[in-house]
Amino acid sequence: MLEIKNLYVRIKDKEIIKGVDLTIKAGELHALMGRNGSGKSTLAHVITGKDGYEIEGDILFNGESILDKTPEERALDGIFMSFQYPVVIPGVNNMYFLKAALNAKLKANGQSELDAMDFLTLIKAKIKQVGMDESYLSRAVNDGFSGGEKKRNEILQLLTLEPIFAILDETDSGLDIDAMKVIANGINEYRNGERAILAITHYQRLLDYMKPDMVHVMMDGQIVKTGDIELVYELEAKGYSWLEN
Amino acid sequence: MSDVIEKAIEQDYKYGFVTDIEQDTLPPGLNEDVIRTISAIKKEPEFMLKWRLKSYRQWLKMREPTWAKVDYNEIDYQAISYYSAPKKKELKSLDEVDPEILETYKKLGIPLEEQKMLSGVAVDAVFDSVSVATTFKDELKKYGVIFCPFSEAVQNHPELIEKYLGSVVPHTDNFFAALNSAVFTDGSFVYIPKGVRCPMELSTYFRINAANTGQFERTLIIADAGSYVSYLEGCTAPMRDENQLHAAVVELIAHKDATIKYSTVQNWYPGDPKTGKGGIFNFVTKRGICLEENAKISWTQVETGSAITWKYPSCILKGDNSVGEFYSVALTNNFQQADTGTKMVHIGKNTKSTIISKGISAGKGRQTYRGGVKIMKNADNARNYSQCDSMLIGDKCKAYTFPYIDVRNSSAQMEHEASTSSIGEDQIYYCNQRGISTENAISLIVNGFCKEVFKELPMEFAVEAQKLMEVSLEGSVG
Repeated sequence: MLEIKNLYVRIKDKEIIKGVDLTIKAGELHALMGRNGSGKSTLAHVITGKDGYEIEGDILFNGESILDKTPEERALDGIFMSFQYPVVIPGVNNMYFLKAALNAKLKANGQSELDAMDFLTLIKAKIKQVGMDESYLSRAVNDGFSGGEKKRNEILQLLTLEPIFAILDETDSGLDIDAMKVIANGINEYRNGERAILAITHYQRLLDYMKPDMVHVMMDGQIVKTGDIELVYELEAKGYSWLEN
Repeated sequence: MSDVIEKAIEQDYKYGFVTDIEQDTLPPGLNEDVIRTISAIKKEPEFMLKWRLKSYRQWLKMREPTWAKVDYNEIDYQAISYYSAPKKKELKSLDEVDPEILETYKKLGIPLEEQKMLSGVAVDAVFDSVSVATTFKDELKKYGVIFCPFSEAVQNHPELIEKYLGSVVPHTDNFFAALNSAVFTDGSFVYIPKGVRCPMELSTYFRINAANTGQFERTLIIADAGSYVSYLEGCTAPMRDENQLHAAVVELIAHKDATIKYSTVQNWYPGDPKTGKGGIFNFVTKRGICLEENAKISWTQVETGSAITWKYPSCILKGDNSVGEFYSVALTNNFQQADTGTKMVHIGKNTKSTIISKGISAGKGRQTYRGGVKIMKNADNARNYSQCDSMLIGDKCKAYTFPYIDVRNSSAQMEHEASTSSIGEDQIYYCNQRGISTENAISLIVNGFCKEVFKELPMEFAVEAQKLMEVSLEGSVG
């Protein structure tokens, strides 16, 4: 589904990613771990097409290079990112935002757009899955939301938009134990054999719930170690320093 | 990124067309003879001519104001023609209206004949300076509501005109109001009798269409004791090369327990998007008075057009417990300049005013909020809440805020909030990542920003206003 080939990324002459190769197949969940500043979020941003990076190498999505596509085109192709820091958009109704996003997707797929009533029925079912109160639908996007509420809102968007490939950028950070469970359940709900996930995380707990197929450790712009869930336990016990050189 | 935003806010004026109709036009220039001629064409009673001449003499002594934060080339008042009328007049029904005028309205999305049946909105359509069609009159007559062209009111209700004209905006008020008082040709007149709730939204569509003809509208709305009226004003104008002066005066009078709601959607030609050339100059004086207790006046405006806007819809809260409101969205794009806001003058006890102003600047747009809140000595327990928010799109536009507060009674409660924000790259990226295009993202964010004001608009206007914002900001994003 996603193939990253010999990727180098620079931002203002500073090299952040220094040769990454990564292949994620349909149905898989890959965990990406590593210290702060090791290039994990940059990788996520480069996959989603954020502006401002100098890129070498290639990223293929379903066999097609996406580097020339805009963030919007990639989103409509089915790439989704749960933001580490979800953006506040004051004044814009959360439900309206979700509806605009879903209808943009439906339109791009040549399907008919949902009207307000149908959308309301859909979203009311989805919001239960992430344990959010319906009142969050009528508030402005992420405006005044706590850290945990913002993350739930991201997962609500994931469940509503049903992308093919999802990047979870530290979706578990700042969550209490109960919230993490709800979110993990939401993510597991989303998973199936045709979808794939790249989960960036610092913690074992979320991965305990989600059972990753592969675990990668990134360090200084490179993937230095790949393994299975055992690697997570090892990191939990030993930290990262043993991987240096 | 700012390139993307720039592209997204570039757009051509969609209503740029000129209707080809013969016009009765006075040669350019202004003197007492011109004023006498206008008054004679209008078959006005003596008091009107006297008032016009008095205003003209006053105007001669006045100077064009320079305190507003707008720049424009000097206006040559002798180069303007002060009267222009479509040749066909005194039409009995829409069938008699020049088909070309009707076609123009259609292009603007204002099909009069359909409006009659569909919208329940009575339309007094002002085409240049003379009203050519008035609908719903009979329906209104049943309630005793008078809604007619100003010139007709001068003929049929001279006593009301003589009593109220200039009572809120005196002919000495300011340079542009004095000029308007001298030369205005038409406009709208509304009278709602005691205890009547006007059964429909009253609406006027203005359109400026004759080259070099300044348009001087005069609107007078009187709501008698215990009555209610909602009045809508909306306009678009055709593409032009020369600057067109517009100096309207609107006066509102609310008696005891009466409410006047006045809504405007303004979309006049803003000038060439590349050079700023040719847009409308909009110098308007709008003021209402809550004459007696429990009266309420509410201004709502959505201003997206004009090259220059100079406009401060205001309320004089004279009656005890009276209420004044001002809700405004102003958008300046490309080379547009706007100096707009409101004035709330609290005279009566327990008077209350609310100001919500949303300014959006894009392109090289320049925008100033100028608001005055004055609490007079006897206005015990007066309250004001003001909120002025500015939004900047791109890095070449400017926004200024000048709130003036003058409190002369210590029991007053004043609240003032102000904010400045910009549409951030992170917000656009977030929307893009959810599959929403940059263009739609901007329109989503701008409409969200304006929501508090849009919800004050009557339903059909709210939809139009949102569309207008989209059109005003839309462009060709790759």
